[in-house]
Amino acid sequence: MQKALNINADKCTGCLQCEVACSFEHTGTFNPSKSRIKVFKFHDEGRFVPYTCTQCAEAWCLQACPVEAISYDAETGAKVVADSACVGCKVCTIACPFGTVNYVPDTGKVAKCDLCGGDPKCATACPTDAITYVDASMTGLEKMRAWAAKTDAGLQAEA
Amino acid sequence: MSWTRKLLRVNLSTGTCTAEDLNMEWAQKYLGSRGLATKYFIEETDPKVDPLSPDNKLIMSTGPLTGTCASTAGRYTVVTKGALTGAIACSNSGGFFGNELKNAGWDMIIFEGKAEKPVYLKLINEKAELVDASKYWGKSCWDTEEGLKADLQDPQARVASIGVSGEQGVKYACIVNDMDRAAGRSGVGTVMGSKNLKAVVLRGTRGVRVDDPIAFMDATNAGKAVLAENPVTGQGLPTYGTQVLMNVINEMGAMPTRNFRDVQFEGAANISGEKMHEVRADGTKNLVTNAACYGCTIACQRVSTVERTHYTVKDRPQYQGASGGLEYEAAWSLGSECGVDDIEALTFANFICNEQGYDPISFGATVGAAMELFEMGVLTLEHTGGIELKFGNAKALTDCAELVGKAEGFGAELGLGSARLCEKYGHPELSMSVKKQEFPAYDARGIQGMGLTYATSNRGACHLRSYTVSSEVLGIPEKTDPLATDGKAGLVMAFQDATAAVDSSGLCIFTTFAWSLEDIAPQVNAACEGDWTVESLLECGERIWNMERQYNLAAGFTGKDDTLPKRLLKDAAKTGPAKGKVSGLDKMLPEYYEIRGWDANGVPKAETLNRLGLS
Ligand code: SF4
Ligand code: SF4
Repeated sequence: MQKALNINADKCTGCLQCEVACSFEHTGTFNPSKSRIKVFKFHDEGRFVPYTCTQCAEAWCLQACPVEAISYDAETGAKVVADSACVGCKVCTIACPFGTVNYVPDTGKVAKCDLCGGDPKCATACPTDAITYVDASMTGLEKMRAWAAKTDAGLQAEA
Repeated sequence: MSWTRKLLRVNLSTGTCTAEDLNMEWAQKYLGSRGLATKYFIEETDPKVDPLSPDNKLIMSTGPLTGTCASTAGRYTVVTKGALTGAIACSNSGGFFGNELKNAGWDMIIFEGKAEKPVYLKLINEKAELVDASKYWGKSCWDTEEGLKADLQDPQARVASIGVSGEQGVKYACIVNDMDRAAGRSGVGTVMGSKNLKAVVLRGTRGVRVDDPIAFMDATNAGKAVLAENPVTGQGLPTYGTQVLMNVINEMGAMPTRNFRDVQFEGAANISGEKMHEVRADGTKNLVTNAACYGCTIACQRVSTVERTHYTVKDRPQYQGASGGLEYEAAWSLGSECGVDDIEALTFANFICNEQGYDPISFGATVGAAMELFEMGVLTLEHTGGIELKFGNAKALTDCAELVGKAEGFGAELGLGSARLCEKYGHPELSMSVKKQEFPAYDARGIQGMGLTYATSNRGACHLRSYTVSSEVLGIPEKTDPLATDGKAGLVMAFQDATAAVDSSGLCIFTTFAWSLEDIAPQVNAACEGDWTVESLLECGERIWNMERQYNLAAGFTGKDDTLPKRLLKDAAKTGPAKGKVSGLDKMLPEYYEIRGWDANGVPKAETLNRLGLS
C-alpha cells in the first residue's frame, strides 16, 4: 500500500516541530531554514498552514530535469532528488507549480520532500496530528468520517 | 556542543560588532540563558549603575537547548539592570526569536553603550551590522516588525523590538518579538530604548547541533510523551491557556481585586478562559485558536479577536484581525485588578500592550492603584485629562492603555509604574509591589507561599521565580495547604532553584507542570558537554539564585526590601476560604534565610558562597 502525507491545517499550532524534524533528518542539524516542509503563519487570521510536496503522479519537476536527477520511488511514491546527479540548474524549481522544490545554495543542489524513505519524520514529530501519513488512496478518510458523523440516523431524526 | 561557543558584542557608542568566544568555564557553572547572561552582566557592570545610563548593558541570551527539537526550546532571556526596579532584571520570551539567534550561530548578544541616533541590529548568520533606525523611531512594535521584514525582503526574518513606550521611558516597557511574545517584565524595553536601540532583526540558517543526537532524541521524545499525557500540559493549557486558572483562583479567594482591596472578583467568570470559548452575538468566539512557540508541544498561546462591533475596534480595521489573546496574568491585571469584566475591552487593551510594547501586568496594576487614588480624590479629572478613572470603567482602562502606548499626558504618569506614581501622590502604601515591581495575579493572603515568593524574588514581585501555585493549588509535585506557612520556606527555595536552572536551559517553565528535573536533566545532558544531573542542575540553580542576590545587595538592596505592602500584611482577606487571613511573611522569612544559608539580614554567609563557588 502506498501512503501519502495528509495535512489538516486546522489542527496545526505552528510549533515547527515538523520543520525541525525534517531538517534534522536531512542535514543532521536542527535548522528550520533547511526544512522541506514549511509552516505558514497567517497572523491576522490566526491560521497556520503546513505545506509541502504532494508527490504528483506525473511530476513536473521530474519531467523537467534535464539530467534525470529526479526519480520515482515506486515503493513510497516519492519523487527523489539524487544529489550525485543534480547539477543545480534549478529548472525543476521553475517547473513545479507549487514551489515545493527549492535550491540550496550551501550544497549547490535542489532539495524536496522525499518522504524520508517511507518514514516521514514530520508526521512522527507533529504533536497535533496536523500531519499524518496515511493510505494514499484514502487521504479523505478523516473528512469523510467527520461528515458521516453529521449525517447519521440520529442527527437526521432530530432534524 | 549545543552552545555555539560564540557571543556577539555590540558597542552602540562606537558602532562596532565583535565576535568573541564564549567563556566555557562559565557555561559549565551557569549553563546558559538566564544564568550565563547574568554572570556576564555582573562581571562587566558596576552594580550601582543607573539603569538608563550608557554604562548599563543589555544581554540577549539563548540556552543550550534553545533551537533544538526539545519541546518548548525556543526561548531567550534578556538580562540587564531593570528600569522599573533597579534590581537584576531577567525576562524571557518565547516565540521564534531565540531559536533564530542560535541558528545564526550565536549564544548571546551583549549590547553596551548608547547609540548617538536610533539604530537597529541586523544579524544574518555571522554578519552583524548596525543600521539607521530613524524611520522606525516613533513606530509601534507591530509596524517595526512588518517594516523590517519588508526592508530585508525576508518574511522569514525574526524581529524583537521596542515600541514608543520603550523609546519614551515608560518604566515597564518590554521587548516584543513575533508580534505578541515579549520579554515582559522589569522594564527591559526601557533600557533598550535608553540605548537608542530600536530593534534586532535576525535570520539564521546555520543549524543547531547537540552533543549526542541519539541520546538526545530519546530524551526529548520521552519528555514530549510526558507532556502529552499530563492533564495540565496535554489538556488544560492547550484548551484554556493559562486562563484555565481564572475561576480556580477566584474560588479559592486568591484573586486580587481592585488594587488588592478584595480577594474575589464577582466578574471573574466573564473574563475567564471558559468565556473566551463562548459564542458571541455575531457568531464568532473571542478565542480563534491556540498556538505554539517554537518547538512547543503544549501550545498554550491564545489567539483572539475583539468583537467587531465593540467600541474599541468598531471603526478601526487594524485591530479587527486576530492577535495574541489574554493570558491569565493580563486578564487579571487588566480585569479584576481594575474591576473591569468586559472581556473585549481587556482583549483590546492587551493588543495595545503588545503593539506598543509594555507589560500588561505592571500597567494594569498601576491603573488599579491610580483608580484607588482617583476614588479617594487624590487624583482628579484634571490629572487624568478627563478620564473617569473609576474601578470597573472599561473605557477608562482602554483609554489609559492607548495613552501609555504613546507615553502622552496622563499616560506618562501611568508609565511611572505604581510605586513611583503612588509615591508622587503621597500614598506609597497603595502601590502593590515589591522592589517597585507590581504583583502578578495571586493574592499572598490566600496562597501563602506566593507571599514569600514575591518578597524574596530577585527581580521584584513575580510569580515566575518560584511558582508555588503549582504545589499549593494544583498539587504539583505534591499538594500543600495554601493557607499554611509551615514548610513554605523550603518549598519556595526548591522552586526558586529549580526554576533558575530551567530558565537557564532554554526551556519554557510551563513544562514543569509535567516535568521535574528528572525529565529535564537527560535532555540537557545529551545536548551539551559536562555532566548534567538533577543534582548538578539544582546546584546550578542555587548558584544562580545566590549570584543574583549578591548583585542586588551590591546594588543597594537589603533584607528590608524582602517585604510586602502593608495591605497584605495587615488587612485581612474579606471573603472566601482565606477570610480573616493576612500574609504570614514574618513566619516564613527567617526560616527561608536560614535554609538558604544567609544571615539574619538576608546576606549569604561566606560558607554558602564558598560551597557554591561564588566567593
Ligand atoms: S509539527 Fe504539526 S502542529 Fe507543529 S507546525 Fe508542524 S504541522 Fe503544525
Ligand atoms: S507552553 Fe506556551 S509559552 Fe511555553 S513555549 Fe509553549 S506556547 Fe510558548
